[in-house]
Amino acid sequence: MTVFLLRRLIQAAGVVLAMSLLVFLGVYAIGDPVEILISPEADQIERERAVKALGLDLPLWQQYLVFLGRALQGDLGRSFVFNEPALQLILQRMPATLELAFGATFVALLIGLPLGLYAGLRPKSPLSKGILAGSILGFSLPTFWVGLMLIMVFAVQLGWLPSTGRGETVEVLGMRWSFLTRDGLAHMVMPALNLSLFKISLVIRLTRAGVRETMLMDYVKFARAKGLSPSRVTFVHVFKNILIPVVTVVGLEFGGTIAFSVVTESVFAWPGMGKLIIDSINVLDRPVMVAYLMIIVLLFITINLVVDITYSVLDPRVRLEGKS
Amino acid sequence: MKQGLRAAGSAAMLACLLAGGAAAQTLVMGVGAPVTSLDPHYHQLSPNTAVAHMIFGGLTMTDSHARVVADLAESWRAVDETTWEFKLRTGVRFHNGSEFTAEDVAFTFQRVPNVPNSPSSYAIYTRPIRQVEIVDPLTIRLRTAAPYPLMPTDLASVMILDRETHAQATTEGFNAGPMAVGTGPFRMVSHRNGDRIEFERNETYWGTKPHWQRVTYRMITNDAARTAALLAGDVEVIDQVPTSDLAKLRADQRLTLAEVTGLRLIFLSLDHSRAENSPQVADNDGRPIRQNPLKDVRVRRALSIAIDRGAITERIMEGSAIPSGQFLPEGAFGYVPGLNPPRPDAEAARKLLAEAGFPNGFRLTLSGPNDRYPNDARIIQAIGQMWTRIGVRTTVEAQPWTSFVGRAARQELSAFLIGWGTSSGEASNPLRNLVATFDREKGYGASNRGRYSNPEVDRLTAAAMQELDDSKREELLRQATRVAFEDVGIIPLHIQKNAWAMRRGLTMDARADELTRAQDVRPAAPR
Repeated sequence: MTVFLLRRLIQAAGVVLAMSLLVFLGVYAIGDPVEILISPEADQIERERAVKALGLDLPLWQQYLVFLGRALQGDLGRSFVFNEPALQLILQRMPATLELAFGATFVALLIGLPLGLYAGLRPKSPLSKGILAGSILGFSLPTFWVGLMLIMVFAVQLGWLPSTGRGETVEVLGMRWSFLTRDGLAHMVMPALNLSLFKISLVIRLTRAGVRETMLMDYVKFARAKGLSPSRVTFVHVFKNILIPVVTVVGLEFGGTIAFSVVTESVFAWPGMGKLIIDSINVLDRPVMVAYLMIIVLLFITINLVVDITYSVLDPRVRLEGKS
Repeated sequence: MKQGLRAAGSAAMLACLLAGGAAAQTLVMGVGAPVTSLDPHYHQLSPNTAVAHMIFGGLTMTDSHARVVADLAESWRAVDETTWEFKLRTGVRFHNGSEFTAEDVAFTFQRVPNVPNSPSSYAIYTRPIRQVEIVDPLTIRLRTAAPYPLMPTDLASVMILDRETHAQATTEGFNAGPMAVGTGPFRMVSHRNGDRIEFERNETYWGTKPHWQRVTYRMITNDAARTAALLAGDVEVIDQVPTSDLAKLRADQRLTLAEVTGLRLIFLSLDHSRAENSPQVADNDGRPIRQNPLKDVRVRRALSIAIDRGAITERIMEGSAIPSGQFLPEGAFGYVPGLNPPRPDAEAARKLLAEAGFPNGFRLTLSGPNDRYPNDARIIQAIGQMWTRIGVRTTVEAQPWTSFVGRAARQELSAFLIGWGTSSGEASNPLRNLVATFDREKGYGASNRGRYSNPEVDRLTAAAMQELDDSKREELLRQATRVAFEDVGIIPLHIQKNAWAMRRGLTMDARADELTRAQDVRPAAPR
């Protein structure tokens, strides 16, 4: 187990290093931050000063080494735009994104599981066909458009919900959370729903497929033959078994939601990490872009590591492979 | 029935808004561009300037038509060729009660060039100052190496800080709040980076106090979401109204618009940097042309009169721009009467091309951003068609601003669309930056990305920059402008109008320089 873990950790470190180089090169290739950030009225002397102040006068490999050296000490650079540590900026925005991602996942399970279960149990009913057709919309409608439609209907026409932004927050554990206030929740409903649309469809399809497969299993047939009530068969024998793939996929999807809720966050002016990254890309704020991508890389590596470890606990064959 | 309900709902909501607004004197604004820093000396950017104008004050300021007026200085004069004297306002206090004196002005000029890591410093405005002399606590003299007529104009951009409060102030200190202390009409209450800033009225403000007791300044960068927030009543004023929404908002009984002709010229820049082999020019068979046709004034004139500016402003810009033949709109300092937008004439354009030795035209790539100016990509598509009509077969290439602007600055493009906002509102600014010869020593032509160069323009501009007499200087600026445009150094297209939309019952002093400030909004006088 220790050898396995150690090997995975070394691999992970290698991936991080390779990604840092790729990210740095990629960000470098996009364009010249000084041209974007500087006032158009600045003269040549001022432009040269800015290039120097931002450390862009060094050759690329030196810039990379400077970055790497600082990164090893936990410093991912200072934002060109805000003049604050990039890491701190991102961490400040993290609670907003986290609560949105949790909210979206919660909504996805709340809506997706019962609908998927129903569609799996009664595959022939028109309602099931309707649910399935609806889930196609969830996969194919662009979140951008759906977000704007939600705003038009629920904020502009009906006036039930606030159109954009994050509501009132309270400070818990040194971070600002909005899901604990009424106003905050009202602001969260639409972006969370928008973000969960794809996930709802995913959960419906996974659950339905799982149910249909499980229903044919011998142990289900046996349970039925034993004379157990249909609800007990459904919720104990079937439901428990289909949850494993659903939870795995939703968990992985959760990582993606944290990293790439960019569209929803910008449509709803939600001050999370996604909005920060898109604003930073627009002004080529390289340190924030690099730091963000590095954090995302770490996030995915951690998720994968946890998944691997879980598998090795669940499935002895993974460990045996390591030994041979 | 539904319609009726909805209307009733809107009316009720509006009534609530109106009643609430009148009683509490609060204002919620939605702005399209994020404020990046509350340090007024860190990053020169319009949204930062707008917020700085709410919290801080300069020696001078510009009014909504970009004319220089008094702020913390009551008056100023040129004592001699190289000395400006500013008389400061008495009894002005910073938000924390600290008194405003000449010491603070001197301290400010010291801090401006020394803000660490600044990506775009305000030092360009203080650099001409060689020496600061405090005559008495309310009089300060600024000495320059050469005559510098733009001093009062430039100092409108430099916000005055307090020597006692800000001696050790860092940019982070401003962003976090404790250092955001100025002499302006509002105090900063809280700041959530990239999301919102809350203000309250400065009850000890020396000038006309703003109407609003509390102001929330929200950043909603998505155009459609910003408009929706206004329609939903979540915000009461929005800026950067998309041109495609203007007609709809104008027709909405619950809303009203504030519009003004701005100071941003949209123009085309051509490659003057190469006498031969311009990179995106080719003959009709796709082979490079040795001689750069864009260096020939007849070709440039042909390209300019091939453009139907009226069609662009009416159809593409939907009336939110005016065709222009020069840098500035009528009424601005240095506007040249009679220098009108060229009349579209495809026939004459073809004739000019033939005279220049291109009877069958040539091929050209026209580039531009697709996310920077209103309808930018559609404008270059239209111009591409207009040019193709006169025989210049044009390929249009629209790209994101982030990659476009670097290529333009490296002279990789032969023809491109770009804009220039003359925040100072007078003609020396675009003359020096856009058409004067690129010259590091003088600091001229830094944004002259096409590298246009004309000794006559340089001479007249330099002369104007030495002239302290306003009317003589304006005459020189007019001459320089006329020479530059008769030589088609750049091809002017149009000047944008700035538009704000707000709930009915509000009125706004719309600013030509595009700034969105709470002190410019107030309840409309009841009719």
